[in-house]
Amino acid sequence: MLSKRIIACLDVRDGRVVKGINFEGLREAGDPAELARRYNVEGIDEIVILDVTATIESRQARAHTISAVAHEIFLPLCVGGGIRTEEDAAAAIEAGADKVSLNTAALQNPAIITTLANRYGSQAVVVAIDAKRQGGRFAVYVRSGQAETPRGAVDWAREAADRGAGEILLTSIDRDGTRSGFDCELTAAVSSAVNIPVIASGGAGSFEHFAEVFTAGLADAALAASIFHFNEHSVEELKQYLAARQIPVRLPASTRT
Amino acid sequence: MIALVDYGAGNLTSVRKALAHIGAEFWTPADPAELVRARAVIVPGVGHFDATARLDATWRDAIRAALARSAPLFGICVGLQWLFEGSTEAPGVAGLGVIAGTCTRLAESIASGTGDREPGTEDGLQSPDGRDPENRIPVPGSRLSTALKVPHVGWNSLSFPRPSRLFEGIPEGTQVYFTHSYAAPVVPATAAITTYGVAFSAAVEDGLVSGVQFHPEKSGDAGLRILKNWLSHVESA
Repeated sequence: MLSKRIIACLDVRDGRVVKGINFEGLREAGDPAELARRYNVEGIDEIVILDVTATIESRQARAHTISAVAHEIFLPLCVGGGIRTEEDAAAAIEAGADKVSLNTAALQNPAIITTLANRYGSQAVVVAIDAKRQGGRFAVYVRSGQAETPRGAVDWAREAADRGAGEILLTSIDRDGTRSGFDCELTAAVSSAVNIPVIASGGAGSFEHFAEVFTAGLADAALAASIFHFNEHSVEELKQYLAARQIPVRLPASTRT
Repeated sequence: MIALVDYGAGNLTSVRKALAHIGAEFWTPADPAELVRARAVIVPGVGHFDATARLDATWRDAIRAALARSAPLFGICVGLQWLFEGSTEAPGVAGLGVIAGTCTRLAESIASGTGDREPGTEDGLQSPDGRDPENRIPVPGSRLSTALKVPHVGWNSLSFPRPSRLFEGIPEGTQVYFTHSYAAPVVPATAAITTYGVAFSAAVEDGLVSGVQFHPEKSGDAGLRILKNWLSHVESA
């Protein structure tokens, strides 16, 4: 049976892992390769590196971080943040990323989704959607949650899938960093609208939140950062909790050979 | 030296890193003629079966010649599919045909009517019942997912119909990382089976020919062990 994936997100700035609340107020959490190594031992299923302040000048710094992490772990590695052009994506993939996550660039130029899917395959193209509740709808935001767009999250996810995206990384801005639980309504609305995997993000604070997003939220994968970074909860404990509730997960024991 | 065939299908960085990690000596031949000095051949690949068309008659002959002088051949992902006769993903493109059978899309064998949606069949603005999807409130429940999604992305378990070199020391039920939309049927050469809606060949092994549908270079310690098992086979071949 296909397991529900637990993904650790490394929000990286200037080569260090940082984490904020509601996309602001960053605090430092450590060295990316060191954290990746720990998560690998604990049984993480995938790593996402988000370069939260990526600029054109920082492309080389990002490549260095990707390479350092990819050298440590033999797991799927996705890289996002500041991937604006085909060249940015190529640089990240050359450095060792298996997938790139597109956000603002995809909204500004949706054709880039198809361009990259044709070049690297859909499995290498993740479209990240940052959504915020606005009245009765889920509005899509860009520029790290700073600017609202006229798009709706469900609508945009469908378009991204049709254009060749292989996965949707869906973040609730309302919940990000609050540890109050994933936005299960948002996640279920998007997950049931597309036929590609949806990764839920934003709000993980307890093991129960993961169980909720895999059941009521219909998520295929769940991503978290701070719940793991500060050693409060291990990935292994989380997976044992989920397995006890009949949610299929990859238990670390099965990887030790 | 192992020839890692780069035919432009996706990125080989991860495969290179994993091979280097387990101590394999390999190079990427620029020309099929270089295969004469290959001790073994790896055909990797991600993406579309179409891309294997770049493995033209010259490449095929060189790979067959390598097999004929007992050099093991290993396919990864689309590389495994290419070992078969072809794929419905690209009906005009023949596989190497060293294993009988044709690869098909996973969704074709998966039961329909589960709320699955084929891409491009709706305008993307309204849910099937005509309500605004933005305001649709999901029904609370304990379902794990609406339907089997394609591509099949993530960690899934292996079962072994028989012992094989490739999976020596790998326990039944070990999970490995998949990302694919097409899959090879279960055949006599099948060395590992995975089920996603339908049972398919997660790995094949037949004499010098072997291959994996999953990505051993992305499957943690288990994946590295599988690569090492293949490398031992190369060294003893």
